[in-house]
Amino acid sequence: MKEVNITELERMFQEKIDQDIKIEPKDWMPDDYRETLIRQISQHAHSEIVGMLPEGNWITRAPNLRRKAVLLAKVQDEAGHGLYLYSAAETLGADREDTIDDLHSGKAKYSSIFNYPTLTWADMGAIGWLVDGAAIMNQVPICRCSYGPYARAMVRVCKEESFHQRQGFEIMMTLAKGSPEQKAMAQDALNRFWWPALMMFGPSDGESKHTAQSMKWKIKRSTNDELRQQFVDVTVPQAEMIGLTLPDADLTFNEATGHYEYGEINWAEFWEVVKGNGPCNKDRIDTRRKAKEEGQWVREAATAFAQKRAARKSA
Amino acid sequence: MSIKEWPLWEVFIRSKQGLNHKHVGSLRAADAEMALENARDVYTRRSEGISIWVVESNNVFASDPSESQEFFEPADSKIYRHPTFYDVPDGISHM
Repeated sequence: MKEVNITELERMFQEKIDQDIKIEPKDWMPDDYRETLIRQISQHAHSEIVGMLPEGNWITRAPNLRRKAVLLAKVQDEAGHGLYLYSAAETLGADREDTIDDLHSGKAKYSSIFNYPTLTWADMGAIGWLVDGAAIMNQVPICRCSYGPYARAMVRVCKEESFHQRQGFEIMMTLAKGSPEQKAMAQDALNRFWWPALMMFGPSDGESKHTAQSMKWKIKRSTNDELRQQFVDVTVPQAEMIGLTLPDADLTFNEATGHYEYGEINWAEFWEVVKGNGPCNKDRIDTRRKAKEEGQWVREAATAFAQKRAARKSA
Repeated sequence: MSIKEWPLWEVFIRSKQGLNHKHVGSLRAADAEMALENARDVYTRRSEGISIWVVESNNVFASDPSESQEFFEPADSKIYRHPTFYDVPDGISHM
């Protein structure tokens, strides 16, 4: 390799980014770019995996076989999404085991939304519709992310995710058209998940410490507030269509801008949940830890079996 | 026995008869059989493939991007390998 200094490498790197040339695993990249991606991709992977828990809670209690099959397929997809993302993080040199241990020790974060409990069947509807809807809004721009493996994983995830949102909306729509009790159940789920769904886009642009650099590196292609606004704009008419009311007295349509204006987000609550003090944080991590510990013998058995099979082949 | 990580495998899928296998991603598995079954479960849940190859990542020997300029130079310098290098007079067709 030719002698090139770091400043020159960084300049060439940014030039590639500016020209929309993707960065691939073995290409030179600044340490901060690598670290930012490892942090973001592994948090994203953790969110997929922890995100299986609130829904897993209802698999055995789905109201009929069709709903159960659909929910199972959705939760299985989330496991797959976790895998695509952990693999993408590994291409940057992250050790998968360490990444998972960071989740279990509380060092790594995951989406705050999964720290809310799923109290009724309608929550499966609210999660699919709002949480997956917000996730899609977040993930579509990442399909154009400058890092190749992350962008490719996102393309796959987004393709699969659109069924998730539709199945959730279908649950909500069915309940909203049902008995008064069923409609009330749907409304209650919407009331509880609306604000946490808006928080999924992260802190306001002024408060988001990573946004500027991530935009420059094209890891992020839209700001938190832009995406949040987009989500509100598409979701309000959907709620109206099925006769549910968004729990925001300040929500108004601004004719001049063509956007809905929404009320103040409770950021104190957001930061509490991020810090680990949400209703289910402890439970989620305990469950993940237990799953890893109790699955240890399965991993050992599979390794032993593979070794035995290899030995028999070479014999 | 130390089993911190299962080996990493690269997954290649033929989406339909007549097309080549294409790299789709990677996964960890204890052995090739398990890698194949896991690849089926994560990469072909929506009929994305009719054939799968799995290759242990360690066995992939790849070119080095920092040397790609020199490495691929022979292709860049031989523009006469492209049909556009040649002038064909007006009136000549089927060429």
